[in-house]
Amino acid sequence: MEILMAIVVGILFTCATYLMLSKSILRIIIGTGLLSHGAHLLILTMGGLKRGAVPLLGEHAKNYVDPLPQALILTAIVISFGVTSFFLVLAYRAYQELGTDNMDMLRGTEANE
Amino acid sequence: MSWIHLAILAPFLLAIFIPIFYKQFRSIHTGWFVLLLPVLLFVFFLRFIPITRNGKQTIQSYDWIPSLGIRFDVYVDGLSLLFALLITGIGALVVLYSIYYLAKDKEKLNHFYVYLLLFMGAMLGVVLSDNLIVLYTFWEFTSFSSFLLIGYWSHRERSRYGAQKSMLITVFGGLSMLGGIILLYIMGNTFSIRELISQSQELFNHSLFIPALLLILLGAFTKSAQFPFHIWLPDAMEAPTPVSAYLHSATMVKAGIYLVARMSPVFADSGIWLWLVAGFGIVTLFWGSFSAVKQTDLKGILAYSTISQLGLIMSLLGIGAAALHYDHLEENLYMAATVAAIFHLINHATFKGSLFMVVGIVDHETGTRDIRRLGGLMHFMPITFTLAVIGALSMAGLPPFNGFLSKEMFFTGMVRVLELDIFNLDTWGILFPVIAWVASVFTFVYSMVIIFKTFMGKPQLEKLEKKPHEAPIGMLISPVILASLVIIFGFFPNLLAPTIIEPAVTAIIPSIFGPDNHVHISFWHGWSPELRMTLGVIVVGAILFKTLSKWNAIYKIFPERLSLNFLYDSMLVGLEKFSIRMTKIFMTGFIRNYLVYIFLFFIFSLGATLYTKDGFNFSLDNTAPIGIYEVILAIVIAVASVSILFVKSRLTSIILLGSVGYTVSLFFVLFRAPDLALTQLVVETVSVALFLLCFYHLPKKLKKEERLTFRLNNAIISIGVGAIVTLIALSSHSTKLFESISQYYIKATYKEAGGENMVNVILVDFRGLDTLFEITVLAIAALGIYAMIKLRLTRGKENG
Repeated sequence: MEILMAIVVGILFTCATYLMLSKSILRIIIGTGLLSHGAHLLILTMGGLKRGAVPLLGEHAKNYVDPLPQALILTAIVISFGVTSFFLVLAYRAYQELGTDNMDMLRGTEANE
Repeated sequence: MSWIHLAILAPFLLAIFIPIFYKQFRSIHTGWFVLLLPVLLFVFFLRFIPITRNGKQTIQSYDWIPSLGIRFDVYVDGLSLLFALLITGIGALVVLYSIYYLAKDKEKLNHFYVYLLLFMGAMLGVVLSDNLIVLYTFWEFTSFSSFLLIGYWSHRERSRYGAQKSMLITVFGGLSMLGGIILLYIMGNTFSIRELISQSQELFNHSLFIPALLLILLGAFTKSAQFPFHIWLPDAMEAPTPVSAYLHSATMVKAGIYLVARMSPVFADSGIWLWLVAGFGIVTLFWGSFSAVKQTDLKGILAYSTISQLGLIMSLLGIGAAALHYDHLEENLYMAATVAAIFHLINHATFKGSLFMVVGIVDHETGTRDIRRLGGLMHFMPITFTLAVIGALSMAGLPPFNGFLSKEMFFTGMVRVLELDIFNLDTWGILFPVIAWVASVFTFVYSMVIIFKTFMGKPQLEKLEKKPHEAPIGMLISPVILASLVIIFGFFPNLLAPTIIEPAVTAIIPSIFGPDNHVHISFWHGWSPELRMTLGVIVVGAILFKTLSKWNAIYKIFPERLSLNFLYDSMLVGLEKFSIRMTKIFMTGFIRNYLVYIFLFFIFSLGATLYTKDGFNFSLDNTAPIGIYEVILAIVIAVASVSILFVKSRLTSIILLGSVGYTVSLFFVLFRAPDLALTQLVVETVSVALFLLCFYHLPKKLKKEERLTFRLNNAIISIGVGAIVTLIALSSHSTKLFESISQYYIKATYKEAGGENMVNVILVDFRGLDTLFEITVLAIAALGIYAMIKLRLTRGKENG
């Protein structure tokens, strides 16, 4: 299972990278979204998959899955959500002010410093 | 802290008070406050003569950074005393001269004297330090204060250019020297020059010996304006004339000479040292004297003449090193060169100082230094004329002045090269006397140019701004003193021999010259070959001077493009252009390019590490079984994410991203992470809503979907990133080094924290600090979003 998940994560990273290299801001942000999905799945996979019950003591199981990666991912999800929403509003404001979503147009050059 | 330390620091201390004197006593020329100090210091250093004469040294120690072996140790022996006397003596004369040279109400005297005092203190520090790091510190201080002094008239473009040029070249050399010092420390484990000298035999066999030698020499050559680093000196002539007289003839440019002389006992055993020092010296001697003849500016002539004379001293020091290779001393045969170097060093300081002052007077009284506009000043300025004749004839090496004696000794040293049988000197050594003789001819020619073009001939009053007249008496005092010294040393050279020269020579070649050896400078050698060489110089020089206008064209053979200045300028401009071009190549301003660099670096650094360290590891042990649901979800997620790349519509791609997110939450369900699944569902929903909001607000004209262009480069890079991540994930999963610490959490969740949901207990109890700051992140994001939407600074300005 971990092998399969590693490949899935690889696909997610590939797509994310490709999107981040494109021109439109929106596609870049979609890319970051995919990248964080990939990263979260990677953390989960590296902790080991399906070794025991849900990490709730009420289950009275012999084995539980590792709770630590889950806690880490939960933190990461919330943070990446905060960052993504900030990015999105930033992109929205950039549309409003500059009238473009093309990264090639949003080029910082010496002339307009 | 001893009196010697105080003597070095005194100029720095006085420099602090100069601005106060300047502001408080506007009616008195600030120079008068300065004058006392170098005089006092000169007297102070005179008191050391009896000590060094008996072959004794004075050592005073003061801790600076003892843990690094850096001590402010001062050391007075013959060599440092000679330099200290030059610095303070000529310093006093220059200060006196500058009082009359610089106008009280037109110049920023407070700046001038502060810089000058900084320089004086730094120079004293260079020559009196025993610790190489302290020496280096003062060395850079001299570069720095010289920079300030050259750029004193900072409103002139040429001054700034000259200051920058000298700074770049001397600091380049200074830093090389620092490298050499560090290498010496690695070899000898000490910064003390005396301790290095005592272990020079061990150093000689060390593999770092040659690099250290080359780096130290680079420092000395740049400072002392040796070929090809001499180009800064003529441009440094933009400084006020007292500065040129002091720094660029008598003291700073001799710091390199001092360094070579001081380090001779360490390095002189090596044939490379001998050849480099003597070779560069002789080339500089020739090139300087050859170039001086074509100059039309008096200070330009003197600058090239200084270069040439420094080359002369340098070559003598190089040849002097040969003395170390002969055990038997036949009437001080081989050390003659070192003696000549020291003697000429003193002589040069006297006549060049006075010549610069003379030129300053001419400039001051006529308003120009251009020899094409000058002439016939003899009748207007008889005293200045006399001084110029004494200085120039001494420079040309004519009797009865001191330059004659040192030039004879120089020829002696160069002719002796023929008798040496080491380091190929028996074959190539013939070049030394030949080049030396030719250079002396040119020296004679430009010395005559100074006398005849400036003071003889017809006066061209219509070309001058002022009517020339004799300088005020105060301005004449310093050059008169120096010129008298030229004559006194000329007639009574043995005043210097036992007091100054012998202790200095002892310091340079301590292994063979001790207090028992004595130097005798005789005025008359008899009909020696040297005298015939001098006669030849005079005859050929006189002919060349007479026919100067006929062979002047030789200087036009070399096109401007081949000159070293042109090379320097184009190198500077080229470097700047090159760096701009390089920066423009990779700093494109496109975010995509920067991302490409980052991803490529990621791929290559990790890929190379995996490959070279043989890090890839793959095993199927310890894997969970694959279920049908997971396979389906994996296919869904793969298809959804890949199709995002190919859909044109933004709306579709947002929905596809949402579907990836929901699939991820389904994975969380399957992998037994209920809290994650919940959070992921909610977060994904809100994110998709936000994406749609952004999409909705796209400007109308852009809503037209543009075509997606497939880029192969991007595809390759992305596949590379994905492959690297997969490879690392596989190999790190296949190498489990130790067990997880989670058993502790599972056991302690109820017992210690009183909770049953392990993930939640970890989040708020075991690792609550993470959660606190995650809350902070959300709060900041929320505040940031609010501020971004609410704060419209540009709009606000337009409205109100």
